[in-house]
Amino acid sequence: MKRTIFSNQLLPWLLLAPQLIITFIFFLWPAAQAVRQSFLREDAFGTRSTFVGFENFTYLWNSPEYFHSLKVTAVFAISVTILSMGVALLLAIAVDRMIKSTRVYTTLLVWPYAVAPAVAGILWWFIFNPTIGIMPYLLGQLGYDWNHISSKTDAMLLVVIASAWKQISYNFLFFLAGLQSIPGSLREAAAIDGAGPVRRFFDITFPLLSPTTFFLLVVNIVYAMFDTFGVIDATTEGGPAQATNIMVYKVYFDGFIGQNIGSSAAQSVVLMMLVLMLTVVQFRFVEKKVAY
Amino acid sequence: MIRYSTASAVALVASLSAANAETTIDWWHAMGGELGTKLEEIVQGFNDSQDEYKVVPSYKGTYPETMTAAIAAFRAKQQPAIVQVFEVGTGTMMAAQGAIVPVYQLMEEHGEGFDPSVFLPSVVGYYTDSEGNMLSMPFNSSTPILYYNKTVFEKAGLDPETPPKTWAEVEEFSKKIIESDAASCGFTTGWISWIQTENFSAWHNQPIGTLENGFGGLDARLSLNGPAQVQHWGNLKKWADEGIFKYGGPVGGDNAAPMFYAQDCAMIMNSSASRAGVIANATDFELGFGMLPYYDDIEGAPQNSIIGGATLWALSGKTDEEYAATAAFFKYLSTPEVQADWASFSGYLPITAAAGEQMKEFYAENPGADTGINQITLNEPTANSKGLRFGNYVQIRGIIDEEFEQLLSGDKDAQGALDSVVERGDALLEEFQKQNQ
Repeated sequence: MKRTIFSNQLLPWLLLAPQLIITFIFFLWPAAQAVRQSFLREDAFGTRSTFVGFENFTYLWNSPEYFHSLKVTAVFAISVTILSMGVALLLAIAVDRMIKSTRVYTTLLVWPYAVAPAVAGILWWFIFNPTIGIMPYLLGQLGYDWNHISSKTDAMLLVVIASAWKQISYNFLFFLAGLQSIPGSLREAAAIDGAGPVRRFFDITFPLLSPTTFFLLVVNIVYAMFDTFGVIDATTEGGPAQATNIMVYKVYFDGFIGQNIGSSAAQSVVLMMLVLMLTVVQFRFVEKKVAY
Repeated sequence: MIRYSTASAVALVASLSAANAETTIDWWHAMGGELGTKLEEIVQGFNDSQDEYKVVPSYKGTYPETMTAAIAAFRAKQQPAIVQVFEVGTGTMMAAQGAIVPVYQLMEEHGEGFDPSVFLPSVVGYYTDSEGNMLSMPFNSSTPILYYNKTVFEKAGLDPETPPKTWAEVEEFSKKIIESDAASCGFTTGWISWIQTENFSAWHNQPIGTLENGFGGLDARLSLNGPAQVQHWGNLKKWADEGIFKYGGPVGGDNAAPMFYAQDCAMIMNSSASRAGVIANATDFELGFGMLPYYDDIEGAPQNSIIGGATLWALSGKTDEEYAATAAFFKYLSTPEVQADWASFSGYLPITAAAGEQMKEFYAENPGADTGINQITLNEPTANSKGLRFGNYVQIRGIIDEEFEQLLSGDKDAQGALDSVVERGDALLEEFQKQNQ
C-alpha cells in the first residue's frame, strides 16, 4: 500500500473530522451514556437517580425472563441464518446454471432487499393474520390451525420466515458472485474424472465458497440479532408470552415502554459485549482459518 | 429613506405582535383519526372563545409513544404544558413529583371558580390522591361493556332483547349458539388485563392489590390471585378449549373485534369508546348492548366497573402565564357543553354530572349508549372498585397477557398463571418503589 505523507499535522485530522464527529456523537457518546445509566437507578423523568453499582446486572443475572430472551435470541438467530443462507445458496446455484436469464432472475431476487424491515413485517403480518390472512386460510384447508397470537411455535416461525425472507436477497448476491468466481475448469475437470453433480458440489464448489459462507455467517447472525427489530415490532411485538422477545426488542420494551432505563441500559451493555465478541471471532477465527 | 422605512416596518411588526400577545401552550395527545379531528375542533373552539391564550395540539402517536415522547422531552427540558397520559401511566406520573403540577394545585393558583365536586366520583376517584385531591384532568374515560349480535341470538333461538347477565348464562347461550350453528364461537374479548382481570375484580368487589389497589402508597403489592380471579381464568381456559371463547390477542386484542364483525363470535366485551367503530362495522346484523356478566355466587357482584382511557397532566417548568392558559383550557374542557359534545361523539363517558344531564336526550335517541355510564355508577365505589394505581403498570399489563397466554397454551393452570403475575409484578413494583424513594 502506498503511504501518503502529509507535511501538515493538522490536515489529516481535519479530513478525518467529519467521520470522527459523527462517530463520537452517534456512537461513542450514546454508548458511554448507556454504560453510565447501567450503574444508576432512575425514575422515568430523571428527577431522582442513585448509584447502585452492579445491581442492574445482578438483577438480569437472576432474571429467568432475561435468560429466556437469550435462548429465544439464539434459536431465532440460528434459524434465520440457516434458512436465509440455505435458500439463498439454492437460488444462487440455480441462477448460476442459467445462461441467458441470469440477469433477470438476479434483479427479481434482489428486490426484497429494498423493502424496509417494518414494511416487510406488516406484509407478513397481513399474509399470516389468523383472522384475515390468506395463509391461515390455506393452512386451515390442510387441517393446520395457524395462530401466531396464541401459539409460540407459529409466532417463532412467522418472525423467522419474515426476517429470513428479507436477507435472502443479500446472501444470494454474495453466493452468486462467489459461484461465478469459481473457475469453470475445476468443475469440468471433476466431471471428466466421473464426479456427479452432487459430488462436484460438495467436493469442489462448496469448499471454494467457504470464504463467502463464513463472511455471510457472521453478517447474518449480526443481522438476526440486531437488525430485525422492525420485523418483530410489526408482527408479534415479542409475544406470545415472550416467545419472540429477542434481546434487542427487550431493550426497547423495558426502556421505552417500561421506562426502566437502568435495566435497559444494562441490557445494552451486555449486547455491546456480545457484538465485541462476535467481532473478535470474525477477525481472529474466521479470517485466519478460512483459506481464500 | 430605506433605513426609515425598515425602522417603521419593525415598529409595525412590533406593535402587531404586542396586540397579539397571546400565550401559546402545547398539548401533546394520542387521539388519531376521527377522534383527533374532533379534538382539534374542541381546541379551535377554545382558541376562538377568547384571545388571551392559544392551545396548539400535536398528535404524538399511541398512548405509550405520547408518554415516552413527553418523558424524553422533559429530560431535554422541552416539555409541553399539557400531555395526555393513559390510565396505567397514572402511577408513574404521580410518583414524578418534580415533573408534574397537580391539577388541584394548578386550579387553586390559576383557575378561579373551578369546582372539583362537579365531577363524577367514579371517574375522578381514579385520579385523586389519598386526600381526595385531583391530580390530573379527566378527558377521555371509558369502561368495558358487552356487545352482542342480536341476529345470531335470534337464529339460535334466544331472545334477541336479553343479553346474558351472568357468566353461567354466557356459557349457556354460547353453547346454544354453537350447537344451532348460528355462529362458530360464543364470545371474545378485548383487553384480558383491563377487562377480564382488573374490571372483573372491581365488578366482583375483589381487590387487585393491597393498600386499596395501590392508592395507599408505593409499598402496595398485587393480590389478584384470589379465588374469584382464579375461577374466572380457569373458566376462560376451559371455554377456550371448548371453542366457546376465542382469544383476541394481547394488549387491546386486535383480533377480537374482527371476529365479532365477521359474525364468528356472537358476543364481545370491549371498551364503551369503541361503540362508534362497532356500529360502523356491524352492517350485516342487529347490534345489542349489555353490562359485563358476573358470577352470581360471588358476594357483592355486580359492584361497579372501573374506567380506562386517559387524562391530561400539567407538566412542571412553565411560566405563570402558561399555567394560567392551562387552567383556562381545563376549565373550558370541563364545561357541560364541551363534555356532552365530546362524549356523544366518541362514546367516552361524560365526566361531570351536568354533562350527563345534557346527554339525557342523546341517550334516549341512542339506546345502549348509556350502558357504560350506568355500569360505572351502578354502586358507590368501594376500595376494590375505585380503580388501581401501580407503578410500572404498562409492564405489569404485559405480564398479565403473557401469563394468560401460558394458561391458554396449557403450560400453567389458572392458579399458577395468576401466582406468576403476582410474583413477577411484585418484583416490578419493588423496583418502582426503589426508583421513587
